[in-house]
Amino acid sequence: MANSDYETVIGLEVHAELSTKTKIFCSCPTTFGSDPNTHVCPVCTAMPGALPKLNERVVEFAVKAGLATHCEISQDSKNDRKNYFYPDLPKSYQISQFDKPLCNHGYIEIEDDNGNPKKVRILRIHIEEDAGKLNHDEFSGGSLVDLNRAGVPLIEIVSEPDINSSGEADRYLKKLKSILQYIDVSDCKMEEGSLRADVNVSVHKPGTPFGIRHEMKNMNSFKSIQRAIDYEEDAQINDNENGIPVVQETMRWDDIAGRTFPMRDKEDAQDYRYFPEPDLVAIRLSDEYIKNIQENLPEMPESRKRRYIEELGLSEHDANMLTASKSLSDMFEAAGKACNNYKQVCNWLTSDIARILNEKELEPEQIPFTAEQLGELVSLIDDGTISSKIGKQVVTELFENPDSPKKIIEKNGWVQISDEGEIKKVVEEVLANNPQSIADFKAGKDKALGFLVGQAMKATKGKANPQMLNELFLTELKK
Amino acid sequence: MEDITKLTVHELVEKLDAKELTSEEIVSAYAKRIEDKEKDVGAFVTVTTDKALEKAKEVDKEGREAGSLAGIPIGIKDNLNTLGDKTTCSSKMLENYVSPYNATVVEKLNDEKIMSLGKLNMDEFAMGSSTENSAIKITHNPWDLNRVPGGSSGGSAAAVAADMVPWALGSDTGGSIREPSSFCGVVGLKPTYGLVSRYGLVAFASSLDQIGPITKDVRDNAMLLNVIAGHDDKDSTSYDVEKKDYTEALKTDVKGLKIGVPKQFFGEGINEEVKAKIKEAIEVYKEMGAEVEECDLDVAKYSLATYYIIACAEASSNLGRFDGIRYGYRAKNFKNLKELYVNSRTEAFGPEVKRRIILGTYVLSSGYYDAYYKKAQKVRTYVKEQFDKCFAKYDVLITPVAPDTAFKIGEKVDDPMSMYLADICTVSINIASIPGMSLPCGVDSKGMPIGMQILADRFNEEKIYNAAYAYEQKTKFRDSHAAEFKN
Repeated sequence: MANSDYETVIGLEVHAELSTKTKIFCSCPTTFGSDPNTHVCPVCTAMPGALPKLNERVVEFAVKAGLATHCEISQDSKNDRKNYFYPDLPKSYQISQFDKPLCNHGYIEIEDDNGNPKKVRILRIHIEEDAGKLNHDEFSGGSLVDLNRAGVPLIEIVSEPDINSSGEADRYLKKLKSILQYIDVSDCKMEEGSLRADVNVSVHKPGTPFGIRHEMKNMNSFKSIQRAIDYEEDAQINDNENGIPVVQETMRWDDIAGRTFPMRDKEDAQDYRYFPEPDLVAIRLSDEYIKNIQENLPEMPESRKRRYIEELGLSEHDANMLTASKSLSDMFEAAGKACNNYKQVCNWLTSDIARILNEKELEPEQIPFTAEQLGELVSLIDDGTISSKIGKQVVTELFENPDSPKKIIEKNGWVQISDEGEIKKVVEEVLANNPQSIADFKAGKDKALGFLVGQAMKATKGKANPQMLNELFLTELKK
Repeated sequence: MEDITKLTVHELVEKLDAKELTSEEIVSAYAKRIEDKEKDVGAFVTVTTDKALEKAKEVDKEGREAGSLAGIPIGIKDNLNTLGDKTTCSSKMLENYVSPYNATVVEKLNDEKIMSLGKLNMDEFAMGSSTENSAIKITHNPWDLNRVPGGSSGGSAAAVAADMVPWALGSDTGGSIREPSSFCGVVGLKPTYGLVSRYGLVAFASSLDQIGPITKDVRDNAMLLNVIAGHDDKDSTSYDVEKKDYTEALKTDVKGLKIGVPKQFFGEGINEEVKAKIKEAIEVYKEMGAEVEECDLDVAKYSLATYYIIACAEASSNLGRFDGIRYGYRAKNFKNLKELYVNSRTEAFGPEVKRRIILGTYVLSSGYYDAYYKKAQKVRTYVKEQFDKCFAKYDVLITPVAPDTAFKIGEKVDDPMSMYLADICTVSINIASIPGMSLPCGVDSKGMPIGMQILADRFNEEKIYNAAYAYEQKTKFRDSHAAEFKN
């Protein structure tokens, strides 16, 4: 923080697109990336007279999200209209929820900046429909409306202002994303816009009332959210120090300029004229309905983490790393099952694979190979077919041209040499070329053995069985 | 041929079954009648008799196995979507709008092989009580061409009264089926909210709108309700109730039927001639053995304000989609997005539509919501409770439909408040979501028809049909007043 006299107060409004097959009020598909206006019908294009019909899966998904974030589920809920004009909003109102959201008063547990556990409270989760998209048209210079996204179901998750730093905001978002992925209600792809966050930031001196907040929009990655918060925090503290009052307004983050700008295209103080949606009936949920969803919730990250530590003997650090992402955790379990060596699978995932993901800036769900292929790799090392050194090459290859590791090894001639006669020949050759090392070893320098093994590996392009090399060198040197 | 258009639908069906008539002959007779009368009455926005004739020929080929109502034509109010035809809502906004889909009720007509003769004129977006708010044309009352047919389903009621269609579909948000039916001397029913699917009805006020039949007599009315009633998966507010055959309720026996006559509906502002005719009708019921009692139902004085708040609030939101972006009218001149919206809506909406959008926007705005919209919802609950109390005691209630008979064209256009008062007896029925029928019960000294309103509890349409049929059979309004029908 720029100035430790100030405390930063952050609240997040996260929109997550739900991964239901069809839209929230009609049966058009929710598929991303199709040709403009190919997933539309009279309902989602707001033809006169068309009526919405609530997709029950949307309610189920939202209740799942509520239960997974410790919310109270409202048994008596309803939809409301939020009225405003914009070309991407065909009805000129968005069907949302105003005063009776489906889920209330939950929390997500994160670590604060000092590594201590912290609960970030969730105010509410409600369901609503997404708007369409405006595409700039090069030919006419105008905008064209694509309504494929209009009516895609969203949940909006509103946090209490319990977050106090960009780091906490980042951990909250990552945790939320992981939860939504674990319960399989959203794919949370920020790059496709299926996870979006608006951030409210204010600063104040502890013990004084909260400061005036800025709402920031247009952050398209976790990184830009952190940068935007850091920027606003500095700017607002600066303004405070210089006696410039902060005005409540909506800001647009400019990722290239690295700063926020006030949004000019929005009318000041919109009055959305919320009122109950008369085309839909109230949403009433029975105890059994909620209980049934609760009982069928998939295993959550905390529970997986405990199991990894207690039953599989992983370190807390590794268990944290694996369970942070559902797809990483799923891959760990499936690969571990395939080769029956969870420890080794964990090692590969948390070291080499994590490093490559980092280098390539990929998310775990973008790993191009299968859990079975990773399991096979570990088995091949375990049964001595390849060395772990070759294993590293196989992993690199798996990212480039995913295939069965067995085939990769055969294709590249990477099979480990375990034939005693062949290895003995190499050992004799290396010893003959390095008399100095023999002398060093005999003089008590154990390091010389390592050098000799390395030379042998080099000669065999890493394919020699390292254990056999070691044993044979020792036998020869002790002669 | 001229006689064909005088027949009721059940008479036409008999002749079709007896092979005395073909569908082609029926449709041809109506095409001719429309050609003759349209210039006087002005009931149609779009005439589709050519298409209807093609369909009639197909039905004739199929024979009577095609269905009991196959080959019967119909007229459709122009706020019901018909695939491939214009659906204008009598607005400049949708003057050239061709619907890409059929309303559920239109699908149901198609299933029965009932074919449309055309789309009928109305007050713009169903807002009005005289059809004078149509941006397309003026519709004249066939009983006196200088008078309005009522509204907003004025085209539907006038077309049925003038024998230009054998029956028609209308829609009713605050009286839009019953008031024109009363003014034109035909039978119009606003069914219970949720009995008929609203899918494809261009919304005015979603929580009040209902589609219903306008017919020459009570039997036709029950037959048409049989066709259009029923749960629809596409309309969440449509109820899943057991399918009934309403013609089974057409009995002349009303012995022991408990009729309540709410005295507040006969107060100040109701024309004495109207009161007298309805009281005569009530005497007829007594003679037939019904148990008639005067009762209290003090809702009329709250209903009008409540109605205009709820209806306008919903309308202001429902009509937002007419923004000039995807379909409908778009202003030629605009410099930016805001001007595109403002100019398109300013140029294409008529004054009454604008008035209601402004009113609705106002009552929903923050700071006024609680005082208007929320309070209106509370009154709505109160009105429902008052009706519930009555229906705990009575099978049906009888009231006037309108304070007066049809007024002169132009008489009230500059006085919206007096126009709104035309709905005083009908709006509370929509607020309470109950069914109500307008049934002809005489004419006034000017020779204009008077309607009585028969009400029943939710989903008790059969009680209305029983009461209406018994009265109709006893008094034979259609036959006895044929002479006064000048056109």
